Amino acid sequence: MGVINSGFGGQRGSGHPRLPPGQTIADDWPVLTAGPTPDVTEDEWTFTIITESGAEHRWDWNALHALGVEDIVTDIHCVTHWSKLDMPWRGVPVERLFENVDTTYDYVMVESTGGYTTNLALDDLFDGQAWIATEAEGEPLSAENGGPARLLVPHLYFWKSAKWVSGMRLMPDDEPGFWEQNGYHLRGDPWQEERYW
Amino acid sequence: MSAKSQRRWHIGRVTNIRQETDTAVRLKVEVPTWPGNDPGAHVDVRLTAPDGYQATRSYSIASSGDTTQVVLVVEELPGGEVSPFLTHHLAEGDELEVHGPLGRYFVWTASDPDRSPVQLIAGGSGIVPLFSMASAREREADHADFRLLYSVRTSRDAFFCEELAAMSQTNVNIVHTRESPSGSTRPPGRLTRDEINRSTFPASVRPRIYVCGPTPFVETIAQSLVQLGHEPVQIRTERFGGTS
Repeated sequence: MGVINSGFGGQRGSGHPRLPPGQTIADDWPVLTAGPTPDVTEDEWTFTIITESGAEHRWDWNALHALGVEDIVTDIHCVTHWSKLDMPWRGVPVERLFENVDTTYDYVMVESTGGYTTNLALDDLFDGQAWIATEAEGEPLSAENGGPARLLVPHLYFWKSAKWVSGMRLMPDDEPGFWEQNGYHLRGDPWQEERYW
Repeated sequence: MSAKSQRRWHIGRVTNIRQETDTAVRLKVEVPTWPGNDPGAHVDVRLTAPDGYQATRSYSIASSGDTTQVVLVVEELPGGEVSPFLTHHLAEGDELEVHGPLGRYFVWTASDPDRSPVQLIAGGSGIVPLFSMASAREREADHADFRLLYSVRTSRDAFFCEELAAMSQTNVNIVHTRESPSGSTRPPGRLTRDEINRSTFPASVRPRIYVCGPTPFVETIAQSLVQLGHEPVQIRTERFGGTS
């Protein structure tokens, strides 16, 4: 729109070809949370997928890990304009949880302890795009950062990587989750700057 | 107030700049196309260098209502790229690109039929969206009971001193973590759970609680509130990291 802020730009963040528009590299970990941090132990953690037939597929902590944990190195982009590059994670690919799930639906509502929800298309969850993550930067995930387990969908803005994740409910159509009802974009592609609607 | 078609980039003009504290400035920005905003909403501010380099940051809005004036308070974060420009180089008359209003969760609106008591708890510059809510409450003749608990390092670091002192609809309690003002009987220090218990609405009246501040502050306060019996769903938080 043509506004130039003369005198701005002397001090600037380190640019990077992997930095989406409107993002700045951060050293620490951006946190976007709606309420108090819930206290969930690994012993009591479970993850449940519910399909249109009402079928429930449930994993506890050990069953999740038995599906096979992968190392991931990826960039994360928070809608608050902060990005962190080359972050090491460990987690279980989401498609492995769907191996025996029978559904014709294309979307899920991701649910978290504490009531947080976020909507995602299965197309954004399969083929090495998303994980149930249990470690970051060589440490078990802290409660503040979503531990014991959070979703990791790094190609979308980080609010989609739901903290304290507890399950997914299959949906026939895309419906807004918690932040999406509160003004954030339905999909959240950082390269398209899909921040708000 | 925030129809989809109106939530977009706007060009504003800075009409007034004044020091809020030694390290923060209060900016009044006239935005002719601004649709107004709810108390607690925020805005993205985008700066563009002469060579096209851009940086964008989110700021809570201190003002609210049907007005084209947007008031921001920006604290300088040393070594940052945006806040030092806004606090030192921006001049009255300059143009500023803003996007918003943003956020429909960490807001309080007078039109809400829920008249539950409202407890505001701020740490440092986290006061800005809560001040906006308390100011909106001030404009209503009759509405929910409001309390504000505001933790600052020293009295020199407090924002909105005059406005908070003049509030008649919000019970304001300011505590100091590094240095207490003369005459204060409270030794400087961080808020304890006992102190929160004594100076906020009890869980029994089911207040709606808004907590805003740096991440460690919000974590500690929110945990204390849960331990004091408040339901997590009643506690809304907004936090910012140490990033600049």
